[in-house]
Amino acid sequence: MTTRWFGERVQRLEDERFLRGTGLYTDDLGEGALEGCFVRSPYAHARITSIDTSAATAVPGVVAVYTAADLPFGQTDLPLLIPHPSLTQGRTQKCLAYEVVRYVGEAVAFVVAESRYVAEDAADQVLVEYEPLPVVITPETAQGAEHLVHADVPGNVAAELRQESGDVEVALSKAPHNLRLRLRFERGGAHPLEARAVWARWLEREGKLTVYDSTQSPTSIRGGLAVLFGLPETSVEVIAPDVGGGFGPKIMLFYPDELLVPFAAMQLGRPVKWTEDRREHFTAVNQERGQVHDVRVGYDGEGRLLGLDVDFIHDAGAYTPYGIILPIITAAQVPGPYRVPSYRVRFKALYTNATPTSPYRGAGRPHACFVMERTLDAIARELGLERAEVRRRNLLQPGDFPHEVGVGWQDGGRVVYDSGNYPALLETTLQHLGPKPAGEQVGLGLAMYVEGTGVGPYEGAHVQVLVSGEVVASTGIPTQGQGHQTVFAQVVADELGVRPEQVAVTTGDTRRFQWGVGTFASRAAVTAGNAMAVAARNVALKARRIAAEQLEVDPEDLELAGGMVRVKGAPDRGLPLAAVAILSNPLRYAFGGGAEIATPFQARPRPGPPLPEGEAPGLEATGYYSPPLGSTWAAGCHAAWVAVDPDTYRLRFLKYVVTHDCGRVINPLVLEGQIQGGVAQGIGGAFYERLAYDADGQLRNASFMEFLMPYATEVPEVEIHHQETPSPLNPLGIKGAGEAGTIPVGALVASAVEDALGVRITEMPLSPLKLFELSRPRC
Amino acid sequence: MIRVNGRERPDPTNVRILLSDYLRHELGLTGTHVGCEHGVCGCCTVLLDGRPVRSCLMLAVQAGRHEVTTIEGLAGEGKLHPIQQAFHECHALQCGFCTPGFVLAVAGLLAKHRKPSDLEIDEGISGNLCRCTGYASIRRAVRRATELSK
Repeated sequence: MTTRWFGERVQRLEDERFLRGTGLYTDDLGEGALEGCFVRSPYAHARITSIDTSAATAVPGVVAVYTAADLPFGQTDLPLLIPHPSLTQGRTQKCLAYEVVRYVGEAVAFVVAESRYVAEDAADQVLVEYEPLPVVITPETAQGAEHLVHADVPGNVAAELRQESGDVEVALSKAPHNLRLRLRFERGGAHPLEARAVWARWLEREGKLTVYDSTQSPTSIRGGLAVLFGLPETSVEVIAPDVGGGFGPKIMLFYPDELLVPFAAMQLGRPVKWTEDRREHFTAVNQERGQVHDVRVGYDGEGRLLGLDVDFIHDAGAYTPYGIILPIITAAQVPGPYRVPSYRVRFKALYTNATPTSPYRGAGRPHACFVMERTLDAIARELGLERAEVRRRNLLQPGDFPHEVGVGWQDGGRVVYDSGNYPALLETTLQHLGPKPAGEQVGLGLAMYVEGTGVGPYEGAHVQVLVSGEVVASTGIPTQGQGHQTVFAQVVADELGVRPEQVAVTTGDTRRFQWGVGTFASRAAVTAGNAMAVAARNVALKARRIAAEQLEVDPEDLELAGGMVRVKGAPDRGLPLAAVAILSNPLRYAFGGGAEIATPFQARPRPGPPLPEGEAPGLEATGYYSPPLGSTWAAGCHAAWVAVDPDTYRLRFLKYVVTHDCGRVINPLVLEGQIQGGVAQGIGGAFYERLAYDADGQLRNASFMEFLMPYATEVPEVEIHHQETPSPLNPLGIKGAGEAGTIPVGALVASAVEDALGVRITEMPLSPLKLFELSRPRC
Repeated sequence: MIRVNGRERPDPTNVRILLSDYLRHELGLTGTHVGCEHGVCGCCTVLLDGRPVRSCLMLAVQAGRHEVTTIEGLAGEGKLHPIQQAFHECHALQCGFCTPGFVLAVAGLLAKHRKPSDLEIDEGISGNLCRCTGYASIRRAVRRATELSK
């Protein structure tokens, strides 16, 4: 009998260093490093007429002040990720602004000094003169195009895309009922509690650049730095150490500091560090979620969807470093778990004078879910039906998979749902939610969602058994709190017959594993998790080959269990994994620890070279998992009883139930943490967090005192139920779960508030003031 | 001199250095984290004479003649402190960045209330932000810590 760790509530292996305060975040490094500070634009749109760095350079302790003119790559546009043919007017920024700034917070100059305190003093002395230009701040004003964000982009339109499945006009005209809705979602921010940071060191003699970066994609940063600095990739190491939360915005190629810190380190011959402060994080780090949707829906008298037409504008911000990733995901995800016989979606991505947008937990989906769920609630209201019943009548059925939605997906393929059981999600959730509790102004919130997770192109892993018998495993993707060191150890432990705590996992360190893509799109478990399984299986095969020779049995008769490679049915006949690791590497010397068994003087049971033909030394293997085009589609249902306080309009979640299906679950403890945390972030985005830009493009609430993230007092305990519909697309049968908790919360809160107060909710985020205004009797 | 984790430590090199920067960059006690530097997130929480304070809102020189306890000083190198053990058992941390602040805030809470009510728990941790866990596991950890502390 072998123990199986997959599926167990294994307590996390990475906890102790965090609990003792001995984790290693980027800013924890760098004793003796020079420190950087940015000069950033105070204007949302302006021409730079002059920059005078002389006073700053004269501040004692200042080592260098850089502007665009000082950089060999000063005129280079930063890369555009995921270019799409519809992005006809893609624009990316320069590392430091050159001639024009297009959002508050855009980097203009970079000061390097002996300490951060001195660097900040000196940054105040950099004199930049600006000539303000007209500001375009909301997607609606961008669409009006009275002013342009980029003088050479007509109408502020970066991209325009239209997709249609079926004939929507015919479907709408034939439908017995039609409805129109305008739905608006505003910008929000991820705000991981660790802001961003970069540390770099250049070793001239070795020609080696080492960079610590709080990025979600060290492998990409490494590749980009090598190209930009003309270094061999093998001379650049990028490490994402412990990272204090990511949620999407920590992945970019590049933020200016990711170039400037290594550049300064190479120029100055000393390690350089830059740590972002919270105020600059508010405008310097990518945001998300600004969209306005015009919806037309046709349906029959039973509430069944017949045609859906969604036309939306997307607030891209000042540049499009991420192409059209957000609106293309929204377009793909609007239909959700429902059958939509005819679907047309059109969008325009529009430039505004605000921070660029890129994926933030949910990435285009919370708005997509809001659109679909608001639409279904409106149909229920019009027909006088229960909201749950309208969903029941439109859900895809378990026999409908694979289901093709009829639109394109972010990976260039089509949207095809791989597996699921959506009606069961709904019924389980409603059953656990129970009847309406007593109280004033209590409403039912209900929302369902799907999430395309685990996109490609691929991830890899390396697994090695050390001569001590301990196992080390590494992958290119980094970790921001998801428990990868535990869940990957569980996967490897199962394949090698050891305990998870015997597997030490390293993530996001190109010195250990140089290939891979990154941690985003709820993909780590699917891609890197399966790669871990493949690599560990290869190690197990090799262990059986080596042990079989030594034990003179057939490899097929061996199993890995209890830290041994042993004969099935005869557990006392076997070799410890440590011994197999020693045997895997033929030696000319013995250094103790059993090494003599691998020397040529030990009788060898077979003829031929010590290292067999085609075999590599070391009990190690590499494995990759590259999903087919298309994602694993997770799904879920959230339902809650929500009370709105009649005096303060504060929300109280009386009961909150989630049923979630992400295929086979590796570790329920870790998964529940992801869901509960996701719901909390969703509650913040739905009711508390709003980025309040004024018409001049100034963010008026750039501090945690005014941008309100939920504390414990705002977040309920979520009751979580798991449903497991395995994915047929990968060996472990898993789907991603990182973002799911956040996706439906806006839709749920809107639904609950509407029910509780009898008002119409068409926008996100809400706030007590907003609810007060909506509820107030009109004069 | 400032007493930190029971040891006398040298004065800060500069009077304008924040207590958080002094602990992190002059003493190398990097378990104290800086999340907002304006006193809202609670990541930089340390104990000053046993009471939780924000080390980003104090100058290091203000800590003179006081006893500062950082996360590194809670259990030393020995067994995890019951609060740390409870956080581990209840999965009350993910990225770990807010964790030292929470653990010390809970230490302050449990010093005041040996068996806090649910309301007292929420109050005791409502000065600290966590962006990962959604707090439910942290509440459970506080209750578990009271059991382990018996």
